[in-house]
Amino acid sequence: MADMMQFDLVSPEKRLASFEASSVQIPGADGDLTAMPGHSPVITTLRPGVVRVQSADGDKSYVVTSGFVEVTAGSVSVIAERAHAGDEVRKDDLSDLLEEARAKAASAEADQKDGAEKFVADLVQLLEDMD
Amino acid sequence: MPNLKDLKNRIESVKSTRKITKAMQMVAAAKLRRAQDAAEAGRPYAERMSAVMGGLAASVGNSDGAPRLLAGTGSDQTHLLVVLTAERGLCGGFNSTIVRLVRSRIADLQAHGKTVKLLTVGKKGREQLRRDYADLMVGHVDLSDVKRVGYANAAEIAGDILARFDAGEFDVASIYFNTFQSVISQIPTETQIIPAKFDAPEADDASTLYDYEPSEEAILEDLLPRGVATQIFSALLENGASEQGARMSAMDNATRNAGEMIDKLTIEFNRSRQAVITNELIEIISGAEAL
Repeated sequence: MADMMQFDLVSPEKRLASFEASSVQIPGADGDLTAMPGHSPVITTLRPGVVRVQSADGDKSYVVTSGFVEVTAGSVSVIAERAHAGDEVRKDDLSDLLEEARAKAASAEADQKDGAEKFVADLVQLLEDMD
Repeated sequence: MPNLKDLKNRIESVKSTRKITKAMQMVAAAKLRRAQDAAEAGRPYAERMSAVMGGLAASVGNSDGAPRLLAGTGSDQTHLLVVLTAERGLCGGFNSTIVRLVRSRIADLQAHGKTVKLLTVGKKGREQLRRDYADLMVGHVDLSDVKRVGYANAAEIAGDILARFDAGEFDVASIYFNTFQSVISQIPTETQIIPAKFDAPEADDASTLYDYEPSEEAILEDLLPRGVATQIFSALLENGASEQGARMSAMDNATRNAGEMIDKLTIEFNRSRQAVITNELIEIISGAEAL
């Protein structure tokens, strides 16, 4: 079993990261999961949270808000709608998003209300974690 | 024969036109590079997205519970045509080629008794289509204040389209834009976005069996609206690059034409000047002979 795998983080506007990693911690919609080389193939959606990557050059973290992850034995691809490198993200960026999400949750139809409120709660949690 | 003063003025005015077109060409060239980089940077996301969705769609698509965005409404009576054009002119046939494609499509659809609705993005397309199809227009997106088209713009347009779809305003949506081939060639393209269509996944992809978390249906439900936004975003980027490419070659042509015109006018100017001198000489000589 290889001890490294390919890690990619792409957003619609650019490729944010692409390097070899030894483990990636992912905030999945149904709970966190950590992917290591040889992980069984999984596709999961993301909740707002932090992706933590361990690589030979040290640890890196990225704040993602929505999107999905494709894990295969030799690679992890995070396809995020919005993503920022962990050290350059500012809380202002996220609080705008939070406002937006709150407004959406308030006006959402009954069948989408749960999802929208969960999104808000996850964002609040993320902001608290960053303090 | 036009007098010398007029000719001189014309030469000056064509010269300043040439300066402007030359400047526009250089600006377009710089913008083109940026637009191409943006289109390049957006490609990995769009590719991954459609690969994953293609896989999902293949496994869920034929079941009864398939989302409406994938399966469609079961009818194709009402078509929404989303027309992407530029906000500004002076870019050769860029806007007209899209509009021509849309016109022929509208005529085609109407001949088959379908209802057509138009959503325009970009001022120029709206202006051209408004003349004949004002009653078909259901909306317009203005991007003239947007310096750099971002994913947020695409998400907004997608949100608008999806809201209309949920409200049952149309059954099929297609997007019209120019694909960037090279500076001298942009190809007007039609892509259907709702119901979503995917290329069949390649054979070697099928060998990987993924676990889906939560369920396949839930992921697909989540991804399809994003897929629409992604398609619109890549179309916007392609269109942006095409626009700059078209403007660059149009302005290059204009600059060259202005140069030719200046040469022609200069020759004419010199001829008239010489003619005037010759005339004066004849008058002086005949005057001297008369004495």
